[in-house]
Amino acid sequence: MAKISVDGIEYEVNPANNLLQECLSQGLDLPYFCWHPCMGSVGACRQCAVKQYRNAEDKTGTVVMACMTPASDGSIISINDKQATDFRSHVIESLMISHPHDCPVCEEGGECHLQDMTQMSGHNYRRYDFKKVTHRNQDLGPFINHEMNRCIACYRCVRFYDDYAGGTDLAALGSHHHVYFGRHEEGTLENEFSGNLVEVCPTGVFTDKTFSAHYTRKWDLQTAPSICSGCGAGCNTTPGERYGTLRRVVNRYHHDLNGYFLCDRGRFGYDANNSTQRVVETLFRHLQDEGGESRKALTPIEGARQLDAMSSGELIGIGSPRASLESNLALRQRVGPQNFFSGMSDAQLSCANEVIALLQEPGLNCPDIRSVEQSDCVLVVCEDITNTSARIALAVRQATRNAAAAMAQSARIPLWQDAAVRELAQHSRSPLIILSPQGTRLDDVASDTFLGTVEQQIAFVEGIAHAIDADSPASNSSSSVDAQAASIAKRLCAAARPCIVSGISAESLDLIKATGNLARALREHRQRQSEEKPLVDLCFAMPEANTMGLALLMREGGGSLSSALSILAKGTADAAIVLENDLYRRATTDAIDAALAGNTPLIAIDQLHNAFNAKAHLLLPATSMAEQGGTWVNYEGRAQHSYQVFQPESKIRASYEWLVPSNPVSGPTVHGDTLLQELVGESASYAPLLELLSSRTGVAALMKSPRQSHRYSGRTAMHANEHVHETKQAQDPHSPLSFSMEGMLLQKDASLLSAAWAPAWNSNQAISKFQEEINGELKQGNKGVHLLTRDGAQRPYKKVEYVPEEGMAKYFIDQLFGSEEISAASPAIQARAVPAYVCISHELAQSIGVQQHGLLRLSTNRYSVELPVLIRDRIAAQCVGIYCGGEVSRADLAGKLSVEAVPQDSNVLASSRAMFSNLVISDTLPREG
Amino acid sequence: MTDLPLTKNIDMSRAPFDIGQYRQAQGYDAVLRMLKDLAPSDVLEMVKNSGLKGRGGAGFPTGLKWSFVPSGDDAPKTKYLVVNADEMEPGTFKDRLLLEGDPHLLLEGMLIAAYTIQANTAYIFLRGEYLRAEKLLREAIAQAHEQGMLGKNIQGSGFDLEIILHTSAGRYICGEETALLNALEGKRANPRAKPPFPQVSGLWGKPTIVNNVETLCNLPGILRYGVDWYKALGKGGDAGTKLCGVSGRVNNPGCWELALGTPIRELLEDKAGGMCTGYELRAFLPGGGSTDFLLPEHLDLTLDYDVIGKAGSRLATGTMIVLDDQTCPVGMVGNLMRFFSHESCGWCTPCRDGLPWIDEIFQRLENGGGRADDLQVLTDHLEYLGPGRTFCALAPGAMAPLGSALRHFRDDFDAHIHSGGCPWRK
Repeated sequence: MAKISVDGIEYEVNPANNLLQECLSQGLDLPYFCWHPCMGSVGACRQCAVKQYRNAEDKTGTVVMACMTPASDGSIISINDKQATDFRSHVIESLMISHPHDCPVCEEGGECHLQDMTQMSGHNYRRYDFKKVTHRNQDLGPFINHEMNRCIACYRCVRFYDDYAGGTDLAALGSHHHVYFGRHEEGTLENEFSGNLVEVCPTGVFTDKTFSAHYTRKWDLQTAPSICSGCGAGCNTTPGERYGTLRRVVNRYHHDLNGYFLCDRGRFGYDANNSTQRVVETLFRHLQDEGGESRKALTPIEGARQLDAMSSGELIGIGSPRASLESNLALRQRVGPQNFFSGMSDAQLSCANEVIALLQEPGLNCPDIRSVEQSDCVLVVCEDITNTSARIALAVRQATRNAAAAMAQSARIPLWQDAAVRELAQHSRSPLIILSPQGTRLDDVASDTFLGTVEQQIAFVEGIAHAIDADSPASNSSSSVDAQAASIAKRLCAAARPCIVSGISAESLDLIKATGNLARALREHRQRQSEEKPLVDLCFAMPEANTMGLALLMREGGGSLSSALSILAKGTADAAIVLENDLYRRATTDAIDAALAGNTPLIAIDQLHNAFNAKAHLLLPATSMAEQGGTWVNYEGRAQHSYQVFQPESKIRASYEWLVPSNPVSGPTVHGDTLLQELVGESASYAPLLELLSSRTGVAALMKSPRQSHRYSGRTAMHANEHVHETKQAQDPHSPLSFSMEGMLLQKDASLLSAAWAPAWNSNQAISKFQEEINGELKQGNKGVHLLTRDGAQRPYKKVEYVPEEGMAKYFIDQLFGSEEISAASPAIQARAVPAYVCISHELAQSIGVQQHGLLRLSTNRYSVELPVLIRDRIAAQCVGIYCGGEVSRADLAGKLSVEAVPQDSNVLASSRAMFSNLVISDTLPREG
Repeated sequence: MTDLPLTKNIDMSRAPFDIGQYRQAQGYDAVLRMLKDLAPSDVLEMVKNSGLKGRGGAGFPTGLKWSFVPSGDDAPKTKYLVVNADEMEPGTFKDRLLLEGDPHLLLEGMLIAAYTIQANTAYIFLRGEYLRAEKLLREAIAQAHEQGMLGKNIQGSGFDLEIILHTSAGRYICGEETALLNALEGKRANPRAKPPFPQVSGLWGKPTIVNNVETLCNLPGILRYGVDWYKALGKGGDAGTKLCGVSGRVNNPGCWELALGTPIRELLEDKAGGMCTGYELRAFLPGGGSTDFLLPEHLDLTLDYDVIGKAGSRLATGTMIVLDDQTCPVGMVGNLMRFFSHESCGWCTPCRDGLPWIDEIFQRLENGGGRADDLQVLTDHLEYLGPGRTFCALAPGAMAPLGSALRHFRDDFDAHIHSGGCPWRK
């Protein structure tokens, strides 16, 4: 700790940081543009100038940039000094000389950092009366608007997009006052994190195009703390609503998880909420009506009655990894634990179970996303994290910079000197080893890549484990890769904090076992090396928001999906309730069709229409993530609560509200919290949920926090076209939030902020006012509770009995835009998505006789499908990669596969070529370190 | 012994010396002796003691600069020497004389510098328009290779040096040493934050020395004739000689090697032949476009870094631009402002957005739209774009002629405003 004096007041600060960061940490207002809490200082904008004095006698002082000056002990500075204030007002004056007077029509208005800083710097009159510099804007694709005329050239966009996120298609172009931030030519911004430009840009150059389509001001949005439903990472979000439609999603700071950034699936997938695919009312068809008859709409009361009527007798329930813990619990309670079945495929469930067992083993630690960033050697095993849990991939990219941090430390360059650290380190990176069947989007920062089929990767992982600890099961890999495995083993052993990242997307239990063996081998090695018994970081990406929650719940009892399907096929149950699930995505078409043929009365509850719930006799409309409060368990086993952002149309209810006992007039009689409390009573391992519950109810006793800003406009006029009386505001007795603009913004628990706002800080950068210190934890914020503890037994190595795959080797591809079911219904995501395709190597293409963008027929003994071909440079030689999209069933292609070329004409070639133009892949080899 | 160590071989009426002629004139003798007898630390000591200051403009002591390069066993193995031959300062053409007149002198200087800091790779970052210099340097480098003065194990000493000639794509900012390094790495030519200085983290993150052409050309003489000889060359407080140029309405514009400490009057009247007939000296920029105007009363000052500094300007590149009494000073400064505005790299706000504003005002003054408050805006910018306010020295350099012009030629500025445009045009 160091002491500095700011305008005569002493503060305790961290001398490892710069003056700007420390002033902001102390809650002082000092304007800035180019500095970013997560990206450090570059000294470009000159807005944060302060006066620094050499000592107490020095009355003259020097104007310095706070962001470029260390907060060393004894520093004496002044923010209010006249010369510094004058300089800052001069900087803002010249930043604004070409800035348009379009605030009233600018989408950034009202949450614009430039507006805030202009006010803070005291600029209100433009002396500059010459022609402004103007620019041509570019079409940057479906996510991002471009309005370069508003640019103040702070360089944050390129620093985030290129330097931080590894993008290659956004650049600073031109020079002097004509500097331009855009692409070399018009076109979609390819990076998976482009949406963060909306928040990184201090003004309205990059704005959210999906928000534009139904724009409203920040202060007119009703918001609440929510969780992303895009994958199992558990990123925190703030969705915003107006007039009953969800308008956008922005990042909500979580110290351990997403920090300041979201992926584009998480940011732009929300529009599924407003999609025409939404189930908006209860639909019912009598049992005897076969297929052809369309279902008729019921009122919610009729729907609830119909549900009750159908669910007498022997009921079975199929849960969902994308439904909240509460909804799964309600279903389980309704059908009885013995009749509750997993909504995951059997393979996924067994993988998840193995993951849970691993994460409970002593000596292994599941890192949060921030901890992944801190690893000095990352091994990614057979999981394309950029496309499955993108936020983790962004963290892995940062982890490769730890070598740079170490170099900077020894050269005594402070880490916040962002440009200097990058210039020093150049291409020196911490080791990142990627095992994958195809080139990945992280390869540009990888030190080692191994391309192989899933089978080859398992053998390779075993080879690494065996090289680390000879007691681990030997692999049957060929000696040619043993040398590579040994060198990777060496790097892992040398690391201070190695981290193994994998996932369950390959749905290969053998792979998870082998990865577990590798983690154990590393643990053995580390425990032999060190007295402190250091942990080994091991995590597995989870595909859906509550995959982990459902898998944990299944440990309390219940059956597999296949056993549920065979019950249905036999027709022995009186009815089945399927919770938020398109079972065609979970099992083979044959198995589902056979189950449906059993003619069991079928009740489905879901948000979107899909192939499976089209067959349901009763389809009940379910709320989306933003329309309900719920609990979600992320890949670490961290349970977090999402708050209801807005009440949906009255015909739509949260799944659990349909399932709990209800009163025909007043609706559900059991609240989700009660379900959680009962779960705690049932199993002690859920005891941490009590803390989560109390973090909400504790506050609720005091004054509620408004979901609407105190500037929320038109509240009484919003529905004046329908009726003139003021609608009674919706009640929310079970949460600390109110559906109102009245109340007090909760400063106590910053994780309950409906939106980041502080006086004079209208943009999302207001979050600094709610952090313990810059980049620190939220003030008294609840970070969720861990349901997994390391109290399991230390298990021995598990020999992987791998049964070689029959037929053509294959792997399944995930796409950030398209693989996740809900976000895939968002129009902007659809605009970035590609239909199903296959990938093969040049050699395989030649031997099959198929050309680039031609068609390939994939056949198993039961199914056959023709898909366009993408021949890739970097792909395991003798295998096919299959992307299923929404249209091809993965389970159907799981069997013994054969491939053959399909003759096609040039039209087909042209159309598939056009289709692939949307696809962003990386076939670049890693750069030399 | 010579009084003109920089130009003794230069005769622009013939081709420059090839390596044979150069060696005949005792060229590379200093290097041969250095490789045989001197340790790098010995050379560093000599350069420090010689009092040599950087000739690129800033006048920083060369030996001191070199001493910041890490040395010893712990030091990084890879280090670089970079020659700043990106001569683009308005009015400056002194490095060109050396590059075109005696390329081997530069190579010899580079050998000495690289040996001292133990760099095995050196780059010459050459202004793209210097086509003749490029050709001559390529030939000289090839000749030096042939004769074993470059490459592996030079003259059996165990010391290796490769010289790579890089021609710039052309921006004034590339003369700023850290922007030059970024440009050399293939990045945008934005200056870097200092610290860290290039001596610690320079080209590709490795310890790097960036020296001006003329600075390096001083080294062979220092090594050959010794520190005392070098110090004695200077007539005043500074050691050695300096290339000085004069441009403007003088009878004999050109570039000459003069002892430091020579009176400015001698440069202007003896070398440049005085003002052209019918023209009076009104003022002059003593060291290129980014120095403050001096007046005729300063002609008896000597060409010394400190002397000119005390008079409120800088010796900088030593190339004088003369303003006569029949040229509009506002137009002259406006021309410079346009240049600096255009050459701003666009990185920091005051420079990027301040200089174009100044440029616009000068155009308005020229065209008759000038207003009294325009001069206030110009005055405001003097501090706003001053030293320490901007990211690098480009904008503060631009403020030097502007600030001194506002002091010395205020009447001319006022005349532009009151007589509806430039009075010199009417």
